[in-house]
Amino acid sequence: MVLELQKPRPIWQIMFSTHHTDVGLLYLILSLSFLFMGGALALIIRAELFLPGAQILGDAMTFNRIFTVHGTTLIFLFILPFASAVGNYFVPIMVRYKDMAYPKLNAIAFWMIPPGAALVWLGFADFTWYAQPPYSIISAPGPAADMWIFGLKILGISSVLGAINFVVTILKCKHPDMSIGQVPLLAWSFLASSLIILVAIPTFAAALLMLLTDRLGVSGFFNPAMGGDPIAYSHLFWFTFHPEVYVLVIPAIGMMYEIIPRFSRKPIYSYNSGVFAFVLLSIVAFSSWAHHMYATGMSFTEKTVFMVGTLAAVPASAMHVFNFIATMWNGRIKFSTPMMWAVGGIALFFSAGAGGVANAAMPLDFSTHDSYWVVGHFHLFVMGTIAFGSIGYLYYMFPYVTGRMYNETLGKVHFILSFIGTILVFFTQHVLGLYGMPRRVFDYPPIPEWIIMNQIVTVGAMIIGVSMVIFLANMIYSSGKGKLADTDDPFGLGGKYYYPFEAKNPKH
Amino acid sequence: MSGHSNWPEWIYVAVVIALMCWVGAEAWNAERLVEHVPADAELIKVIAQQWFWTFEYEDGTKTIGDLYVESGKAYKFEITSKDVIHSFNIHDYVVLMDAVPGRVNTVWFAPTDVRTHDIQCREYCGLIHYNMRGTLHVEEPSS
Ligand code: HEM
Ligand SMILES: [Cu+2]
Ligand SMILES: [Cu+2]
Repeated sequence: MVLELQKPRPIWQIMFSTHHTDVGLLYLILSLSFLFMGGALALIIRAELFLPGAQILGDAMTFNRIFTVHGTTLIFLFILPFASAVGNYFVPIMVRYKDMAYPKLNAIAFWMIPPGAALVWLGFADFTWYAQPPYSIISAPGPAADMWIFGLKILGISSVLGAINFVVTILKCKHPDMSIGQVPLLAWSFLASSLIILVAIPTFAAALLMLLTDRLGVSGFFNPAMGGDPIAYSHLFWFTFHPEVYVLVIPAIGMMYEIIPRFSRKPIYSYNSGVFAFVLLSIVAFSSWAHHMYATGMSFTEKTVFMVGTLAAVPASAMHVFNFIATMWNGRIKFSTPMMWAVGGIALFFSAGAGGVANAAMPLDFSTHDSYWVVGHFHLFVMGTIAFGSIGYLYYMFPYVTGRMYNETLGKVHFILSFIGTILVFFTQHVLGLYGMPRRVFDYPPIPEWIIMNQIVTVGAMIIGVSMVIFLANMIYSSGKGKLADTDDPFGLGGKYYYPFEAKNPKH
Repeated sequence: MSGHSNWPEWIYVAVVIALMCWVGAEAWNAERLVEHVPADAELIKVIAQQWFWTFEYEDGTKTIGDLYVESGKAYKFEITSKDVIHSFNIHDYVVLMDAVPGRVNTVWFAPTDVRTHDIQCREYCGLIHYNMRGTLHVEEPSS
């Protein structure tokens, strides 16, 4: 199918192309570049926190800008574009259509990302990825803040355009012989996450505009000095971004649904349960947003409602875990690199979910909220689950995209180092939170437990950093000089049966 | 659709649902008890601003940064902010409540030991957020 890289073409031909695999390649390169840029910022943060006192950064403002851009980058410029890369490559093939439904719109959605990214990076705002008013209105230094707002506006529109394209491609362009119940789970994951985007994003889009006019002083929606209510912003923000966390995680689960059965050499335990869990998650995703706001002064009743809504989403996530384990059960498992990443990702998904339940239980949240626990919690998802699933899938698609094989040993080393690092960093951060360390701090008092835990976290982060350098070298070297892959069965699983698509699609 | 039976999955889902009901019920009950402010709680007003805490006691006296209470008594905090959102936190006593400009949030606690505890800000509030700290002094009961 996607052997485009084997026939060398001038770069501008790929850049101006609207073909889904070309746009997919652009998404891929962009997202991986930002993975490394955002990751580098994380290493600076960790180096600074290795010891109390100022280490490498002179002032708190620089630190605050760095963690803001770190978070914004990895969510909007790595995870989302990476999912779009995979979706672009595979969704049309899985629904047996020649391209995305609207190829030009597809290219436009991609090309909106670089300007959005440039605004975020050139501005380097400091108001965290929530841009919480009234800080973001009365206190955050401009023009960085305004550039962030415009940047996110553009990235949001790009998301919506991409989502429309996926929904139409899957529902309207799938092959007439194919019923919706035959669409592979990876494509289902894009359908589910795209529908969530379409329902969730407009709310934040509105909030961003209101924030902008508040900053300009012409309105006071969220500004208490003008009679506004900052908590209203929190509701609008989390109404978008709690569902958005499922937008991030669902495609990664879909990628695992491709990897796990193939490398277990067994069909998926239950396709229906996978589809059901995706659909259920996309609905209950909207019932829990204010679990981020227990400490804003909500009433007991409100807190109870949102706790129940949050707990209601847990069985759906748990069904995926069951499905993966049941698929692997009694399988002839081959632990190639992609499989290791997927299995590691599932283990971390489970631990992350267990921690989430503790956050959701309202009295416990008052210990964990806005402490390092929360940082550990969501990173077990974004790094441990989503990045693991995505990186595993990248290894899996590598031979199909480049026609060459990556170095398997380095792939495994990459996994093992990252897995150890992830556990060191994010499990420790949970404990650090229980010991009371607040998040988003440039410096901390010399409490012995805090120091030792911060050091463990920093060492873990550096291990991940090293593994990522190995990864980068492997990808660059192997895409040019790796040994040629057998694209019918690159992983030696024995037979094309295990691949959902024709390895060489004559139409491509 | 698939040929095999699904009962292990049904049992599993039932167990997860049961667990969630249990967590929810326990949490509901605990929170209900925790939120019940004792009638004799003494009132302390907490005013947050970039980047320090002001405490105003029932007798009208004010302190900045240091909060003085007596062991064995209950205290009710009325928390607000003069500028941006902060979060009033005495981690050792699981006291955590946002200080939101334009709103007054309440939370209560009853210290039981005689020593000092850290007070900190747990919501990002700008440049010196990391050092918006204070000290809680729990003193011997006076009478
Ligand atoms: C079992 C499912 C989950 C439960 C029960 C859960 C629960 C929670 C709760 C209660 C919080 C608020 C914690 C606080 O601020 O005090 C939270 C925060 C968060 N969760 Fe989850 N969560 C779950 C799944 C996920 C997934 C799948 C993702 C991402 C892919 C995710 C990402 C986040 C993020 C990003 C935050 C914090 C954002 C921030 O404050 O900056 N969660 N989660
Ligand atoms: Cu959430
Ligand atoms: Cu603060």
